[in-house]
Amino acid sequence: MRSDLEMIDEWVKPNIRVLDLACGPGELLHHLIQNKQVKGYGLEIGHDDLNTCIAKGIPVLEQNIDEGLHNFDDQSFDLVLMTHALQQFRRPDLLIDEMLRIGKECIITFPNFGHWRSRMHLALKGRMPVSEFLPYNWYDTPNIHFFTFQDFERLCREKDIKILRWAAVDGQLKDHWWIRSMPNLFSETAIFHISR
Amino acid sequence: MPDVIPADSVGIVTPQVTQFDTPLALSCGQTLSSYQLTYETYGTLNSIASNAILICHALSGDHHAAGYHAMSDRKPGWWDSAIGPGKAIDTNIFFVVSLNNLGGCSGSTGPTTVNPDTGQRWEADFPLVTVEDWVESQARLADKLGIQTFAAIVGGSLGGMQVLDWSTRFPTRLKAAVIIASAPKLSTQNIAFNEVARQSIRRDPEFCDGHYLQNDSIPTNGLGLARMLGHITYLSDDAMGAKFGRQMRHDTYQYNYDIEFEVESYLRYQGKAFTKRFDANTYMLMTKALDYFDPAAHTDGDLAAALSKAECEFLLVSFTTDWRFSPERSEEIVDALVKAGKSVAYAKIEATEGHDAFLFPIPRYMAVLSTFLTRVASHLTEKTDAL
Repeated sequence: MRSDLEMIDEWVKPNIRVLDLACGPGELLHHLIQNKQVKGYGLEIGHDDLNTCIAKGIPVLEQNIDEGLHNFDDQSFDLVLMTHALQQFRRPDLLIDEMLRIGKECIITFPNFGHWRSRMHLALKGRMPVSEFLPYNWYDTPNIHFFTFQDFERLCREKDIKILRWAAVDGQLKDHWWIRSMPNLFSETAIFHISR
Repeated sequence: MPDVIPADSVGIVTPQVTQFDTPLALSCGQTLSSYQLTYETYGTLNSIASNAILICHALSGDHHAAGYHAMSDRKPGWWDSAIGPGKAIDTNIFFVVSLNNLGGCSGSTGPTTVNPDTGQRWEADFPLVTVEDWVESQARLADKLGIQTFAAIVGGSLGGMQVLDWSTRFPTRLKAAVIIASAPKLSTQNIAFNEVARQSIRRDPEFCDGHYLQNDSIPTNGLGLARMLGHITYLSDDAMGAKFGRQMRHDTYQYNYDIEFEVESYLRYQGKAFTKRFDANTYMLMTKALDYFDPAAHTDGDLAAALSKAECEFLLVSFTTDWRFSPERSEEIVDALVKAGKSVAYAKIEATEGHDAFLFPIPRYMAVLSTFLTRVASHLTEKTDAL
């Protein structure tokens, strides 16, 4: 599993109701269903990913998150997850509100654009960063919002969202002390566990 | 007509008829003292009877879902695109059972068969049967075939309603439910369409209050009109536009009521062809079964509560241009299943064909169905281990 997913796995309590937004091929959800006995559902629109989930028996619904999540009742899930996808939606701020309406808690992971390599790329080359982790050009990227570890923290503060815990990951290094000391500079992926 | 039977066809099939002498109490309060069901099967039932799939048909369907009755048949069964060796419902793996529902007109007891109490054909005296009655009768057919638990029950449209009812009426008798282009109950608009269809039949002088057969007449105009209306609602605006546009019969307008546009010709043909194969009383009865279905009526409109008894895994499929049973209607079922904590997968298939899409071998649709059933198949052997 991707290192951010391993991190999340450690945080999830067993036997809860989980909604995974943009669940992809269902790697995390499958793991949580198998090992944490969660009652899990994924939302996805990628046809291949949907089929992969169906093949694995992962409950998955074809639903475009940008068109709203009105069909889910308030506080109807213990946990709403979104890994590496927030940057792809039209209004991440409103989506976070919706996630916290539906779920008692949320875990969100995203690529930290404040990572030193991104900064170097922009500063020295003068061009938008393209990396192994974010391998798209500016014109064809599905990632339409770039934000940093600090940006997300600030949004949480503005919205009075509680940060229950956070972690920072760089490549295979999970929450190493020096990443933890300067997450905005050293984390490739930020992981936030939040609630109202 | 096939010159040779295609390799992925179930081939030549023969319908079977089975008699039931245990009375069936119907939702309407009447009882059928005895009845017959006509059905077909494709594939082979395994030794532990764990690989059976039941197909529930829609409004104008019947037991002949796949294969050919004779080499001279013009077309195969109504869902031949999905059922056969190597197809989505793979008869190399599954034993498929497809029946004509009670009240039908293709061999099972219904308005066109003889009422044993009177010696006359039932016609309009055949009691109104409901989705729930069908499911009871289907369970009895399963008993006769030695099938305690279906690997899956599959149906589109009105067939999907039967599958939904199965999931809560006999929760332990199916492992998986596949509900395609269906709804948890008809919308007002849908009931309205059905009423126009029924009125067009009933107002045909040849209808004779539903006893047309004994009067040697057939309400072809009314039934044809009902079918024309139905047909429009099964297609999307785009699909009709693409097929006919404003194509005309003549180069110039004729300024009369004969056929000007090709779509008029098509509808007239469809209406007429239908009257040759379908019974008007059955058509009316089927539309009533659609109208009456409402599983949440018993739970104060709470569909999630109505579905709480279900134990199977669900697959729901809808089609983007289907406005008779729109994706939103399937999503009502999906949302209720999620709320009730059931295992459900849902796919909304891009399709131009409208409601009729559920009968077409649209690649992504077939892939989703096949993927889901492949997984169902992978559990058939687990049951063997458990035994």
